[in-house]
Amino acid sequence: MDNTFTPIEARKPPSSAIGPIAWMKESLFSSPVNTLLTVFFAYIIIRFIPPVLDWAFISANWVGTTQDECTKSGACWIFIKQWSGQLLYGSYPEELRWRVNLALIGLVAVVVMQFFLPQHLRRRVGWVSLLVYPLISIWLMYGGLGLETVSTDKWGGFSLNILLAFAGILMSLPIGIIWALGRQSQMPFVKVVCISSIELFRGVPLITILFMGSVMLPLFFPAGVQLDKLMRAFIAITLFQSAYMAEVIRGGLQAIPKGQVEAANSLGLGYWKTMRLIVLPQALKISIPNIVNTFIALFKDTTLVLIIGLFEILSTIQAALQNSNWLGGHHIEGYVFVAFVFWVFCYTMSRISVHIEQKLNTGHSRS
Amino acid sequence: MSTTTTSDNNSSTTEARTKNADSIIQIEGLNKWYGTFHVLKDIDLDVAKGERIVVCGPSGSGKSTLIRCINRLEEFQEGSLSVDGVALNEDIKNIEAVRREVGMVFQHFNLFPHLTILENLTLAPLWVRKIPKKEAEATAMEYLERVKIPDQALKYPGQLSGGQQQRVAIARSLCMNPKIMLFDEPTSALDPEMISEVLDVMVELAEEGMTMLCVTHEMGFAKKVADRVIFMDAGQIVEQNNPHEFFDNPQNERTQAFLSQIIGH
Repeated sequence: MDNTFTPIEARKPPSSAIGPIAWMKESLFSSPVNTLLTVFFAYIIIRFIPPVLDWAFISANWVGTTQDECTKSGACWIFIKQWSGQLLYGSYPEELRWRVNLALIGLVAVVVMQFFLPQHLRRRVGWVSLLVYPLISIWLMYGGLGLETVSTDKWGGFSLNILLAFAGILMSLPIGIIWALGRQSQMPFVKVVCISSIELFRGVPLITILFMGSVMLPLFFPAGVQLDKLMRAFIAITLFQSAYMAEVIRGGLQAIPKGQVEAANSLGLGYWKTMRLIVLPQALKISIPNIVNTFIALFKDTTLVLIIGLFEILSTIQAALQNSNWLGGHHIEGYVFVAFVFWVFCYTMSRISVHIEQKLNTGHSRS
Repeated sequence: MSTTTTSDNNSSTTEARTKNADSIIQIEGLNKWYGTFHVLKDIDLDVAKGERIVVCGPSGSGKSTLIRCINRLEEFQEGSLSVDGVALNEDIKNIEAVRREVGMVFQHFNLFPHLTILENLTLAPLWVRKIPKKEAEATAMEYLERVKIPDQALKYPGQLSGGQQQRVAIARSLCMNPKIMLFDEPTSALDPEMISEVLDVMVELAEEGMTMLCVTHEMGFAKKVADRVIFMDAGQIVEQNNPHEFFDNPQNERTQAFLSQIIGH
């Protein structure tokens, strides 16, 4: 009875196919053009990286409090250090900055919790914190109910960017989902309303919407009613990004095979349950890279509110550069710092998105 | 005017009832168009409780469309269709009521890839029937035993073979405890060695007395379990008979041509 099937054992590949030398041959010097490019980029790296490192770290000025102490040839990081409070909190009263800190720590906690809580708590805690956290953070930032009120024109710096981005993300996702579903609706009225509002906000530059929100919108309000400037900026950003979000999600919705809806319908699930339980979970999952892309764009777009006079991080840098004590031309330090801060945050967001994708991967294909 | 129409409808329904006391699906004068293309032409069909019907015919003959009309995955423009006494019309309540009682198995399984096998099975009982989770899971495991894959309960559909997926799809429909099962070419997308494991489950189901309508090219299955074989061509029911008569003594020449083609090869 020796007819059982035994697979042939796997053999190791020959040594020319693995190892560092094989890798270099394969990826760096596989053709004359590749070799040329490798040499060229090696030259660029050797030529430009050391001066940048020297400027940013080795010859940089770290210690001191005034411009005059920037004696070395490198970057004057003292400038950033001295303005760091403004850059993070704007004109938020110094003795109350702990409230902003608390709100930011809360935000980090809400995000981090989603990764470390046990599975069965995660969803419940997620929903609760999604509802409760915004209220708490607004209370912390604005005050009232026993806390001293800090009006929104004092809010500023990078915390304002984060706040606008977070609130925008929180609102634009659900609005985008509703618009995307409405766009595919069988009801002509709903469909027309959704398509026209998406196309309106998508077809206009964000700066235009911001100007409209800050200059024209108040004209439509009855006398005496005044909507906060920050609120107007927030609404403008949210509507703008929701339109993009709607299109991103529509792409996801269209990628879900019709059979999924038919299977759900044939089991007796109605439209909303089919969408909520079957279509959206799958559509959102495949849209994650694009959704996060939109989030990142939204985050970076928060710097545009400077044109309607809100003091987020970029306008704070500009104000600092005009300060009479710091007229030594620290533009490079300022903008490099802002760029670096944004890069760190955006890169973190994209890493989180990759992580979520991997976690949600249930193996559509057999592997 | 409208009153007359209603009473007309009523009388015709009662008539149909008395004609066949235990009929569970009644289709009368069904016509359907896709744009200008006439897919279903004057279909009349009565299905008795517990009856097992196999629908066959060349591709594009409207057989899938017909059974998809029964749970209203397809709309029709003329005629009447009622399932277990509920008339299928524009009323979404009626449509959902019918869908709760009619299970459907698709050619491409259509399992929900983001849910585990167990979640696929419990989803509808939980959200449509509002059955407690424990109970729904117990029922689901029971049906997974019956289709012989209880050990796959916590896997995702993508990790299963085609035959296993189709058996899960059958179990998923059965979890809703349907009165009627519709099969839309359930074995057409399967590798040859997996067809029999799915057919075995279907034969078992038929032997338990489930009312079944099955679009299939598996003539062996038709001979074995069908009470009636329906042959469709160009949107019409051309011939229907018990399998014995149908296969050994087909009347219509199109039936003969079709049978010689699929048996000849």
